[in-house]
Amino acid sequence: MTLAKGKVGIICCSGEDLPEGTISRVAVRLVLEKLRPDKTVTLCLPLFLAGGEEERGFARLFPTIAIDGCDKKCAAIGTAKYSGKPAATIMVSEILKKHPDVKAVSHATLNAEEMKVAVEVAEEIAKKVDEILRSQK
Amino acid sequence: MKKQVIIIPCSGIGKSLGTVGRVATYKVTDELRPEKTRTVCLPLLTIGDKEAVQLVKKNPCITIDGCPAQCSKKNVEVSHGKLAHQIVVTSVLRENRTLKPSGVIELNPEGNQLANVIAEKVSEKVDEIMGEKKK
Repeated sequence: MTLAKGKVGIICCSGEDLPEGTISRVAVRLVLEKLRPDKTVTLCLPLFLAGGEEERGFARLFPTIAIDGCDKKCAAIGTAKYSGKPAATIMVSEILKKHPDVKAVSHATLNAEEMKVAVEVAEEIAKKVDEILRSQK
Repeated sequence: MKKQVIIIPCSGIGKSLGTVGRVATYKVTDELRPEKTRTVCLPLLTIGDKEAVQLVKKNPCITIDGCPAQCSKKNVEVSHGKLAHQIVVTSVLRENRTLKPSGVIELNPEGNQLANVIAEKVSEKVDEIMGEKKK
């Protein structure tokens, strides 16, 4: 399997137990839907274990960026364990440290402050997508 | 630690069905049965986190999967968790064809209604598992 050019795979943790998981999820969808819709693809992280060879080949086909909510790093570890080492990683909890005034508390729907952080995470992902694609040329 | 039912959605990110399961989970854990339920990050099971694996081994689990790939159910099974019940959103959608969900970041009103239907089903199951089902 050879690396597909022109697309980057984004894998997020979507952690259910933490607001940071929802932020990671919303940030990835913002990249997929608005910021880099033609340059990015995604895969559900639990599919690495539940799926088959096709799913596990994801990181061998696309350079990947793992987006994690917390320092458990499920997306980075899961991608490396089942598929291949991510080209880049981003941790929401680290970006939140830059905003001590924002207390992430929401589960289903982000509040305005949390949404601003999700947008910042999305912009960081988009920047890394561009870097990876530039390095392929 | 008191016994709780662990509600685990797949949170699939590719389709709105994953968001329906996720929203239904929070309706149960935050609003309908907060004392009797909690959730756990499914990816922790995917990477084999010891604490999360112990949690699903020691407590009954209800999985909510968006699609027939059934990632949540399969991850609980691989972790040797106590799978007490499973729900697949597509099956509930077949019984409620007018509630066509759309949106991943935010569900449309029909998607939210579908999440409510699933949350009610899950809550009934929780009561049954905890031996408190109303006759």
